[in-house]
Amino acid sequence: MSDASAYWAENKRLIVGCLIVWFIVSYGFGILLVDQMNKISIAGYDLGFWFAQQGSMYIFVALIFFYVVKMNKLDRKYNVHEE
Amino acid sequence: MDLRTMTFLVVGATFALYIIIAIRSRVTSTGEFYVAGKGVHPVLNGMATGADWMSAASFISMAGLIAFQGYDASVFLMGWTGGYVLLAMLLAPYLRKYGKYTVPAFIGDRFYSRTARVTAVVCLIIASLTYVIGQMKGIGVAFSRFLEVSFEMGLVAGMIIVFFYAVLGGMKGVTNTQIAQYCVLIFAYTVPAIFISLQLTGMPIPQLGLGSSMTEGGMHVLDKLDKVLVDLGFAEYTAQKGGTLNIFLYTMSLMIGTAGLPHVIIRFFTVPRVRDARSSAGWALVFIAILYTTAPAVGAMARLNLMDTIQTGEVGSPTGNLEYEKRPQWFKNWEKTGLLVFEDKNNDGRIQYYGPGLGDKEAEYGWAGNEMVKVDRDIMVLANPEIANLPNWVIALVAAGGIAAALSTAAGLLLAISSSISHDVLKGIFMPDLTDKGELLAGRIAMAGAILVAGYFGLHPPGFAAQVVALAFGLAASSIFPALMMGIFSKKVNRTGATAGMLFGIGSTLLYIFWFKGWFFIPGTEMLPNTADNWILGISPEAFGAVGAMINFAVAFAVSSMTPPPPDHIQHLVEDIRVPRGAAAAQDH
Repeated sequence: MSDASAYWAENKRLIVGCLIVWFIVSYGFGILLVDQMNKISIAGYDLGFWFAQQGSMYIFVALIFFYVVKMNKLDRKYNVHEE
Repeated sequence: MDLRTMTFLVVGATFALYIIIAIRSRVTSTGEFYVAGKGVHPVLNGMATGADWMSAASFISMAGLIAFQGYDASVFLMGWTGGYVLLAMLLAPYLRKYGKYTVPAFIGDRFYSRTARVTAVVCLIIASLTYVIGQMKGIGVAFSRFLEVSFEMGLVAGMIIVFFYAVLGGMKGVTNTQIAQYCVLIFAYTVPAIFISLQLTGMPIPQLGLGSSMTEGGMHVLDKLDKVLVDLGFAEYTAQKGGTLNIFLYTMSLMIGTAGLPHVIIRFFTVPRVRDARSSAGWALVFIAILYTTAPAVGAMARLNLMDTIQTGEVGSPTGNLEYEKRPQWFKNWEKTGLLVFEDKNNDGRIQYYGPGLGDKEAEYGWAGNEMVKVDRDIMVLANPEIANLPNWVIALVAAGGIAAALSTAAGLLLAISSSISHDVLKGIFMPDLTDKGELLAGRIAMAGAILVAGYFGLHPPGFAAQVVALAFGLAASSIFPALMMGIFSKKVNRTGATAGMLFGIGSTLLYIFWFKGWFFIPGTEMLPNTADNWILGISPEAFGAVGAMINFAVAFAVSSMTPPPPDHIQHLVEDIRVPRGAAAAQDH
């Protein structure tokens, strides 16, 4: 496998990983499992409701920055980073 | 100072600020307008993107929808933020690497086809125009309240101002102005939220206040709200009311629509490096999330205050409801706009505001129907500080913030529409020898036309501002996002596939929307009433964009597998945009 395709494969794996988390917190906890999550209540919030209206958004922000850091490392590893 | 003078003063002052910044920035760098942001730091670019992004739908409309739909309005919160994750990982860095032109230009090059490019332009114009219609509704609400006239008059006044604002044009392109707009907007949104959160819970951070307990009674805010609403026959606030499939697809449509809207994507063409495109999306989301995580608190607390204002005593007791004659000033002001309507159905001179779930108790209480016959959701954010009796300067600030949000986004979209028509369509295809002057004139005419069309639909809006905007996202989701994503992540999708995909995607979505909302949104022409019973599998027109996107992907792959693959140089182009190194400097767009 050439360097370029190895870089692309690692990037895709990272994206898939991030998007799984992205899916679980919003579509999973916030929508599909909301009733089960709502049985848990923390600090005045039902957890499903909290994920739908607060938590998912915080995690989205964290995810992007996680991806940024990981990609900057990956760019260097494969020597495709910008000067 | 009375509220009206104060509002004029604050709105005027913020406008003066934008104009001064625009003029000063322009003097120092004439080229800024075009090579916007060659040196713009990703944090500042993120802030400017936030201002660009947060429109009347986010500022004016969204918290109002949350207030009345509770949990179900989570689709807007997750949908309009989650798209940035897709943008940062799937589109922004690669488009920045390719980075020279507009979105249709990328599609035209990647799919080596003028037809693909024209299709993309048409899709963009349809989505942007729908988006502007949503803004017009918000602008009408803001101006009618601000000028204390009817909604229709407010809309006309707003249209005139939008036209001038958009024609000034340059103001919009200057990143510094957008940064100022972001600051005004976020200040105007969070200050009243902090005040109200303090009033109700003693907790100054609204995000935490929503989970805190009330200073009076000690119940948690959300539990209290659930109880108040259920006692009055409304649905429980935190419970799910719509179908799960619909909520799922609605969120999906907004997310992928976010990643497919041209005025957002274009901002990532202009950051200095590919890596900045990634982090810039992150910063944009930080600044957006400040407003979006505050909105649920604004919505819930506004609803609670509204219910408490009207239901002053125990539910069902003869003196438990507010006397119409004693209604507060904000109530009277909003009545003038026609967006708040009271009808004394049981002639007791008091206001009964309740939901359909009251059953037998209705007769027992002597109530003859819900008397708040119209409470437009889009008024809630603007009315909120007045309902909570906040000082006049706070109310004025919210008006200024709302107007800034609506105007900046509307003007930006109008510019995008007019430049698509004059540059991509007229000059690019039909009249290649059009002079610059002619192009500018055509652009202005297109802009005036777009404002008239949007204004007309703003008068007869097919939904609340955020819902109309949601339709626009569905249209972008079903057409642009799949084409861009396949252009980057697949080397197999060819011109025929991409073009067919876009056409089937946006075509099916438009058909579904018009079927339930009326052909071209003209009232009375809908084929079936727009109710959940008629929707296919319970999917609302706003949520159909995700289905349209799936159709787009499916058609594109199917057609591509039956037609010749893209030529070698296109495959090399795709390989090239996947690696950051070698990106040219930010370019003219």
